[in-house]
Amino acid sequence: MKEIGSWALDTAKLRGATHAEARIVDERKRALATRSGHIGSASDSESLGIGIRVIADGSFGFAATDDLTRKGVQNCASQAVQIARASARVKSAEQFLAPEQPHIAEWASPYRIDPFGVPLEKNLDLLFAIDAEMRRVKGVTLAETSMNFRRYEQWFFSSEGSAIHQTFITSGAGYAAHSFAGAEIQKRSYPNSYGGQYQNKGYELIEELQLLDHAGAIAEQAVALHSADRCPQGKFNVILASDQLSLQIHESVGHPIELDRVLGMEANFAGTSFLTLDKLRTLKYGSDIVNIVADATESHGPGLGTFAYDDEGVAAQCTPIITNGLFTGYLTSRDTAAAIGAACSGGCLRAEGWNRLPIVRMTNISILPGESPLSLEQLIASTDHGILMETNRSWSIDDKRYNFQFSCEVGWEIVNGQRRRMLKNPSYSGISTEFWNSMDAICSRDEWKLWGTPNCGKGQPQQVIGTGHGAAPARFRGVAVGAAYKGSE
Amino acid sequence: MLTRDQASAIFAKLRKYSSADEVELLISSGRSALTRFANNTIHQNVSEESHALSLRVSIDVGSAQGGRTARASTNKLDDDSLRRLAQTAETLVRLQQPDPELLAMPTPREVVEGEVDGGGTVQRHVQRTARIDAPDRAEAVARIVDVANRNELASAGIYATSEFAEGLFNSGGVAKWHEQTSAEVSVTMIGDTSSGWQKANAPDVATLNPAKMAEIAAEKARKSANPRELEPGKYSVILEPSAVLDIVGSMFWDFSGSALLEQRSFLNDRLGTHLFGDNITVEDDVYHPLQTGTPFDGEGMTRQRLKLIDKGVVQDLAYSRRAAMKMRRSELAEKVGRVGPTGHGFMLPNEMGEAPLNIVFAGAPSGSSQTVEQMIASTERGILVTRLWYIREVDPYEKILTGMTRDGTFLVENGKAQCGVRNLRFNQSLVNMLRNVEALGEAVRASGEESIDMVVPPMRVREFTFTETTKF
Repeated sequence: MKEIGSWALDTAKLRGATHAEARIVDERKRALATRSGHIGSASDSESLGIGIRVIADGSFGFAATDDLTRKGVQNCASQAVQIARASARVKSAEQFLAPEQPHIAEWASPYRIDPFGVPLEKNLDLLFAIDAEMRRVKGVTLAETSMNFRRYEQWFFSSEGSAIHQTFITSGAGYAAHSFAGAEIQKRSYPNSYGGQYQNKGYELIEELQLLDHAGAIAEQAVALHSADRCPQGKFNVILASDQLSLQIHESVGHPIELDRVLGMEANFAGTSFLTLDKLRTLKYGSDIVNIVADATESHGPGLGTFAYDDEGVAAQCTPIITNGLFTGYLTSRDTAAAIGAACSGGCLRAEGWNRLPIVRMTNISILPGESPLSLEQLIASTDHGILMETNRSWSIDDKRYNFQFSCEVGWEIVNGQRRRMLKNPSYSGISTEFWNSMDAICSRDEWKLWGTPNCGKGQPQQVIGTGHGAAPARFRGVAVGAAYKGSE
Repeated sequence: MLTRDQASAIFAKLRKYSSADEVELLISSGRSALTRFANNTIHQNVSEESHALSLRVSIDVGSAQGGRTARASTNKLDDDSLRRLAQTAETLVRLQQPDPELLAMPTPREVVEGEVDGGGTVQRHVQRTARIDAPDRAEAVARIVDVANRNELASAGIYATSEFAEGLFNSGGVAKWHEQTSAEVSVTMIGDTSSGWQKANAPDVATLNPAKMAEIAAEKARKSANPRELEPGKYSVILEPSAVLDIVGSMFWDFSGSALLEQRSFLNDRLGTHLFGDNITVEDDVYHPLQTGTPFDGEGMTRQRLKLIDKGVVQDLAYSRRAAMKMRRSELAEKVGRVGPTGHGFMLPNEMGEAPLNIVFAGAPSGSSQTVEQMIASTERGILVTRLWYIREVDPYEKILTGMTRDGTFLVENGKAQCGVRNLRFNQSLVNMLRNVEALGEAVRASGEESIDMVVPPMRVREFTFTETTKF
């Protein structure tokens, strides 16, 4: 691979590039799924190619190809330089990168069991067993299961002398029971919605999730939702389970702290951000107990945003994003860091694959758990009146990331510190900063989970990438609940 | 980009390397490029050349215990990789559980039976689009930036072009091939307190006018500056075509036989009812001159035209071959009208079955069509919406959707767009919305970010529900 990298870098330099990077990616994926007793997906895929990013005439250019012959790579590098020169036709300033030392490194995400070494029959047997368990519950009209594995190997070379080889193993699995009755379709998912739980782990993740053990209870909840009362409208104290809080973090913290959004670089598609540069170290983003970090280091755990180096060769870091409620940091890359005069990149430039330009992405954006011991049951016991919401059903937020609305699969009314009746169709909405400032309690480390969001979309052409979010259940005071169903009135 | 002959030769090799009973190859090949700009500067500029081979093999189809099928994919074209692709697919298929409902791959005769006038072919490859290069795109972006500078605005957006081919070959003799080009421009103009937007997409680059789009987006940004905050509530809304596309797009996934059979469709127990207003008629028509895409489905079946909604009544559903077979055997068969493969199936195996993807709304009947300007002129009080954003389903059966307005939202009073308003969150039942359409315009090809491109008219809708406002 080093030879292929040198073909790319040498050609780019020969054609006039002042900076060049080559990423060669060899990716393998397995996707398995069932739907009500039938195979929904059974496929293996592989993809190999190279992406070359250059600066020439003071502008960026990028080209990618799956032709890894010498001629194919050299043509691709030449094209990247030609494209950069075309970019220079419309520029307002020279493109600079924040300084970074070259790195020579090898790294692999830790795993115990190679998921591609586990017999396929074992995987399918498990999915069909879960599928059958859900459909044993009367009233379940559709059962969905899925299991996904990925091996992603990347070689990164730069004209500054970096040579970094990284290998990632990712596993994920989950299921959902749907129930149609009367004029309603209800759904419950485990361990999370939209594909379940994903981490940079091997097959041991599938074993840890104890998928089959929960299938019957999840299916029963899906059916029971039909006879539950609808979640009321009004202002309520809301406890978010850690799965829902992880998405709340993703949407109302993770995206607005992306510096490329702040600088207007995503304005046409993903949008911009309310976190303009004047807000750094001045905005009270949340209450005093809100502490959020962007942590890509291995010590944070096997999140989908864990790596040793990002896709422009910057070492993984832990950046404080919200510190005791104060907004303290952005997600940055070498070009965006340079644009605001920062000393170095925060190491957040990532690409979906070999054929995509790396852009600023979330790593693991996690809220830190409370320091005093507090379980979910203790948090409920300390709540006079409120609603506990679990597992996301829909999410929406404006293009500056102020106004959001989330719906969950199930809610539970809390009265006098006790979990009472089940509530269907729970939803809540608000303004990001007002919401985070209303947080008055968060559970401790025992309740903290590192969730994986495998489907975060951004960029043009759009790139889908995995991000990690650690969260513990937390309570928010005076939250607007139930506006979602005004649309049916 | 691979030629049909090259693709056919690859398939011949894969047939030779595979010992499975049936073999099907989906092949795509092409190149794409995208120039991205923001803050009046090209900041990202990319190109890609790639291929994808996706091989499906089946065994034991029609046997007593049931057949098996599985898929393997690669982007490597050398002989060793092709051999490995065939081996991977065969390893996977032998480990599958038998499926008594698995169908044999279609024959040429079965495909011909589904062909519509014109033999199911369309011409969507335009040389002048394929020839566009990075300097051409930069030149067009420069014209957009000129408009931004003249208006003291910041521009952001893309100019993208692509050329690709898709083919399907199976061991029963089906061979399909489609080539297409695409050009796309999207422009956002940004002021201190407002923004405006336009987007368009077509196979022929000559039909796009980036500078004109920039002027329209700039005018929207200028006119919506210093927006007022409106109280949430029910308003008459005038939805420009992109906004209509944004909000109706997700609905059509439910117009499928599989969705009905799995009871995940909002059409459960509603087929044949007068669900929408009399003025709502919708077809799926890949052959429409303003549509794009391949005229065959994931098994090579020829796409048929469907009348999904006829004057408010749900009529046709899309079917894959498998969904059609299952529907004929189900108790729903009596209620769903015409049942048969319609050429809308996804590649097998899959989780969603099939869906109509070439939506064409009928515009207003002759004589009653209104332009957006005429709709504004006849509105006492309402809101004009350029586009909608981040739309998600709140309730799958009532089809309540939530989302935000974006990039050009105006208060209409006394027949005029008076001023910009802060963006609003809606929570709106699509079923109710399509009962409340008061006026329709001419159907045009529209592009957005929330749905695939469609042919849709602008609409004025009464009692559209906004539940919150945001801060800008």
